[in-house]
Amino acid sequence: MKPKTLFDKIWDSHVVKSIKDGPDVLYIDRHYIHEVTSPQAFNGLKERGIGVFRPGKTIATADHNIPTKDQHLAIRDLLSRTQVERLSENCQEYGIELFGLNHPKNGIVHVIGPELGYTLPGMTIVCGDSHTSTHGAFGTIAFGIGTSEVEMVLATQCILQPKPKKMRITLDGELHRGVTSKDIIMYIISEISASGATGYFVEYCGSAIRNLSMEARMTICNMSIEMGARGGLIAPDETTFEYLKKLPSIPGVNDIKSTIEEWKKLGSDQDAVFDKDLKFDAGSIKPMITYGTNPGMGMAIDDSIPISDSNGNEASSSFMKSLDYMGFKPGMKLLGHPVDYVFIGSCTNGRIEDFRAFAQIIRGRQKADNITALIVPGSKKVEEQMVAEGLTDLYNNAGFEVRQPGCSSCLAMNEDKIPQGKYAISTSNRNFEGRQGPGSRTLLASPLTAAAAAITGRITDPREFINDENKVKK
Amino acid sequence: MPKVKFDILESTCIPLPFENVDTDQIIPARFLSATSRQGFGDNLFRDWRYTKSGEKNNEFVLNNPVYSGKVLVAGKNFGSGSSREHAVWAIFDYGFKAVVSSFFADIFMNNALNNGLLPIVISDDLLKKLLVMVQKNPDTKVKIDLEKQTFTIIATGDSVKFGINPYKKECLLKGLDDIDFLLNMKSAINSFENNKSLL
Repeated sequence: MKPKTLFDKIWDSHVVKSIKDGPDVLYIDRHYIHEVTSPQAFNGLKERGIGVFRPGKTIATADHNIPTKDQHLAIRDLLSRTQVERLSENCQEYGIELFGLNHPKNGIVHVIGPELGYTLPGMTIVCGDSHTSTHGAFGTIAFGIGTSEVEMVLATQCILQPKPKKMRITLDGELHRGVTSKDIIMYIISEISASGATGYFVEYCGSAIRNLSMEARMTICNMSIEMGARGGLIAPDETTFEYLKKLPSIPGVNDIKSTIEEWKKLGSDQDAVFDKDLKFDAGSIKPMITYGTNPGMGMAIDDSIPISDSNGNEASSSFMKSLDYMGFKPGMKLLGHPVDYVFIGSCTNGRIEDFRAFAQIIRGRQKADNITALIVPGSKKVEEQMVAEGLTDLYNNAGFEVRQPGCSSCLAMNEDKIPQGKYAISTSNRNFEGRQGPGSRTLLASPLTAAAAAITGRITDPREFINDENKVKK
Repeated sequence: MPKVKFDILESTCIPLPFENVDTDQIIPARFLSATSRQGFGDNLFRDWRYTKSGEKNNEFVLNNPVYSGKVLVAGKNFGSGSSREHAVWAIFDYGFKAVVSSFFADIFMNNALNNGLLPIVISDDLLKKLLVMVQKNPDTKVKIDLEKQTFTIIATGDSVKFGINPYKKECLLKGLDDIDFLLNMKSAINSFENNKSLL
């Protein structure tokens, strides 16, 4: 038999029908929905007079639009409130399980899916949200879709989808101190650009990937979309199985041991052919930061802003427009540049491990006076775990206030906006113009780099706080 | 999803000569709270189109009366970022029927096709030439023939073939819709479910 990639194996086993010269009809195992991209899809069902085909395979949460303070009160913004209420009505009407606002398991869709055991190896997963790629960390084909496609899945549990090409990214070598999985993916994107993987689905391989925790793998898969890839996946291994074994329950799985034996078969064949093969050395990666207005415009934190864009065009209009927006100049160094806001959270870095990393640096220190910090756990469960591990107290003692879960300032649909012209070091995924509020200036970075800036009030190399043994300097 | 037909379009163009125009620029997140598909055109390119105080930004191309038309011509990697279909709804609602670039983000491309907004990929060189022509002469007209898959700059006669998935082309020419297609496949989907194993 022809050797196959893991992606091919999962995709091919979910094709209900291949249309000649057209897309495949792909069966979807798990469908996540949220308040922003689903209402028009439900309207479509109503206009056609049809129901939801397999309501048990769709899971809903409210996350994008919700406040991160006083969640027990009614949402103040009328449109946002209507959207969240509409989600509840639709879920009730069609029998869809909802982890809505004030539900004890509420959280960001890409945080709660894995945490509640709904994301499992070998699945096809879609959601009307581009960061659905996150779930690829479990060895799934997971990708973001538009609302018309949400409607397709609700109506038939299938979507029409052309099969993407396959790319393998291998990362071998040892990571240096102070370098996190966020830096890995930001480094890869800066190397291949914000469109470098468009048309591809990525498989991440190599020893440096294998050594990462599930949380860290989710951060990498999450940002696959930021280089244009539909998604990224990592073959499941002992780390994956250990994570899943520790969950209180896994819906639909009764015998975890025998299921793990099945999951162990999920991997690319040795001679499987990829359309594109890239290799990187983990040892070359430093803490990263972005300087422009797309995630491809990133550099090592101690570097200088390039004098030309990635195509070597000096002062191209797009490159200069981007730097002007940020208030930066070509060739400038960013270390020491003042920062106004720090945001830790989002589906990229809103998991317990991220708050532990941030805590590593702020422990025993105080927030800088010029910094406004938004500390937003990715889910209720993360919020509870922070309390249980004493992190919430630690944050409070250091002058930080921990908010309630949600997407928050990552896309600033709620009140958590960065004001005009202000600089925010953000652990989220996009530094687009106005992404965190009109006129906001986003610098993407890891939780460690965010913590270093929160303490000094300036762009700071987190390695200054961490010694050679990866211990935090006192 | 709406059923939209597309066959032949002749129109002037509106130039947007920037690369990596992401869906947050096309329609900022704070305008995504609506529960219907209509009305997003009012906020298309909101933060470029209006100043901080809410007045029209006269430097932005949509506010320049010399430019008009149903074809948006944009720099490469158009539509990157968020999967929000609202971006396509906003462009369509504003009155565009086609977007021309040298490169589109995947999800945007699917969303556009699902709403009858035709994404047309042309070479970097032709894109540059077209942008310069349109900026010099806003009356520059193009012709898009979906059946023949041709994109033509009428004045110069530059004509290229553009690619489109044959299934999607058929859908657009006939005004068909994916959901009808999938609903007709219910028995195949049922039998797939009955025979499905882990892999």
